[in-house]
Amino acid sequence: MTNESLYQSLYRIRRVEEAVAKVYPTDKIKSPVHLSIGQEAVAVGVCAALELQDIVFGTYRSHALYLAKGGDLKAMIAEMYGKDTGAARGKGGSMHLIDLNKGIMGTSAVVGTTIANAVGYAYALKYQRSNAVVVSFMGDGAVDEGVFHESLNFAALKKLPVIFICENNQYAIHTHQLQRQAVGNIYERARVYGMPSERIEGNDVLKIYERVSAAVAALRAGGPGPYFFECMTYRWKEHVGPNEDYQLGYRSRTEAQPWMEMDQVPRIGALVDAAVRAPMEAAIEAEITEAFAFAESSPFPAPAELYTAVYDEA
Amino acid sequence: MTKPDQERILSYTDALREATDQEMGRDPSVITFGLDVDDPKAIQGTTKGLLQKYGPERVFGTPLAEDAMTGAAIGMALAGLRPIHVHIRMDFVLLAMNQLVNVAAKSRYMYGGKVNVPLVVRSMIGKSWGQGAQHSQGLYSYFMHVPGLRVVAPTTPYDAKGCLIEAIRDNNPVMYVEHRILHFQKGPVPEASYTVPMGKARITAHGDDVTLVGISYMQLECLRAQRYLATVGIQAEVIDPIWLSPLDIDTIVNSVRKTGRLIVVDNGWTTCGASAEIAAQVCERLQDEKPIKVHRMGFAPVTCPTTPALEAHFYPNSRDIASAAHRIVRPGTTWMPEERADLQSIDFKGPF
Repeated sequence: MTNESLYQSLYRIRRVEEAVAKVYPTDKIKSPVHLSIGQEAVAVGVCAALELQDIVFGTYRSHALYLAKGGDLKAMIAEMYGKDTGAARGKGGSMHLIDLNKGIMGTSAVVGTTIANAVGYAYALKYQRSNAVVVSFMGDGAVDEGVFHESLNFAALKKLPVIFICENNQYAIHTHQLQRQAVGNIYERARVYGMPSERIEGNDVLKIYERVSAAVAALRAGGPGPYFFECMTYRWKEHVGPNEDYQLGYRSRTEAQPWMEMDQVPRIGALVDAAVRAPMEAAIEAEITEAFAFAESSPFPAPAELYTAVYDEA
Repeated sequence: MTKPDQERILSYTDALREATDQEMGRDPSVITFGLDVDDPKAIQGTTKGLLQKYGPERVFGTPLAEDAMTGAAIGMALAGLRPIHVHIRMDFVLLAMNQLVNVAAKSRYMYGGKVNVPLVVRSMIGKSWGQGAQHSQGLYSYFMHVPGLRVVAPTTPYDAKGCLIEAIRDNNPVMYVEHRILHFQKGPVPEASYTVPMGKARITAHGDDVTLVGISYMQLECLRAQRYLATVGIQAEVIDPIWLSPLDIDTIVNSVRKTGRLIVVDNGWTTCGASAEIAAQVCERLQDEKPIKVHRMGFAPVTCPTTPALEAHFYPNSRDIASAAHRIVRPGTTWMPEERADLQSIDFKGPF
């Protein structure tokens, strides 16, 4: 991991999502979009600690995770356009991104759902004597769900090679964590299930990378899992869609301001030599332009595709 | 001289155990888990000895967490395992609906055909000895409703073994529905491994006068009804669908085309149930060909009571079915057979 590679990933995700937000009002994107803008540091810091063989499961807000883990950009944009060349051939959309070649095993529109899937995948990896690890991304809303608790208990019971990443952006849609939970102690709850657990403040990509790397190294060496990290972060845009939503009144721009000042994109960008940055950014812009052109020019699936892939009939 | 395999008699529970054992023996990716699969009672004996033979990584009891354990089973399947998740009552599967309906059924489609979920979910329907409201429900129609799931409800020990092996080898999620009373059934089961192919019904008695489709345990009651009906000269054709999804509607339609009369007897409620689906499909197929009579029977439209005084009226029995068949074969007459000792329902003594 270098500052260059971290910046490359942060900048690329930010610019992809800004491009998505820009195109969205044209209705060319036929899918609800839950933008990660402001939260990129968590996915980038975690995935920088992972190898290709490692597996991630995500949430409906997983553009950042998908890209940080190396997911194919063209397939992602084409999927959002509903095209046959999309990651799920137009059948999944923004909320169901997958790239098996990069260990991205899926994302779910139902909060908390993939936590259990990640735990089961980790059970299989342990049984198969693999040294790969699984990372389960969730939001603070998932902590409200029963499956969170059931899954953490089982993962701890079986000492599974899984790392739980709670992206705590404090809101489940428009409802603050403390309107849903009596105590704001997510990482402490994880600890009592029997796993090392810590909170990482400030959306700090370097800290996230450092702490998750240590956990990955311990698991890779055959040590027991799981691990839990509560990564404090903040969503800049509305829950779903391309716009801001401070006018709704459930939160204020004043609350958002410190998070915007801690933006990790310029922070890490400042650590990269300008002579390296400029061509890197230009290459990303070209890649994004190319990905949208690919999505635009790709065909929609033929009507007969409606009936394919329901069952594996092999 | 050794007897041919076909004459080897096994119970339904032993057939299940043997199918699981054989598949675990041939394929290390097959694992079995669920509440109590590794305890001394071993799920009515259906998982007996598997822990000792295959070890605790492949055979394990789980926390009481049906939701997460179903999600975990899906994750295991995505990683290349072939999990068998066991529920000692089908009622408990309701705790796992999100994972079954939103993930297991949908993953292949919503990821554009990139993944498979080769998962078997075994569950048992209880009956009698006070099973009552939450130990008696036959909920397979819930799963028939959802594209991406397969549903099977075998009746005989032969089909129990062959369908379980078929389900384990299938690359899709299969809801495998057992009935507690059927566990006591004995019948011929070949020792060698075999499959009972999905989507194929079995005609279990031939006749020209009325078609009786009996699902799960109600297949037994239909076969008893067929014998009552024979005493008054009515020849019933009895069909066991075995697989409810995919459903072999052709075999049922062909029978009704011949008999002109259909009674579907379900081990569940009739409203929006398997019997509704089968009756609707048969009507759609035959409505332009010939007039047909259709009748559905199932649970009384109430919650299952515990007292035998009421439970006896909750389920259709063979005499009720015979009487209903008689009524549509010979309209305007009523007949209820005298109960015969050899056609009584199996008594089940608890506790479970």
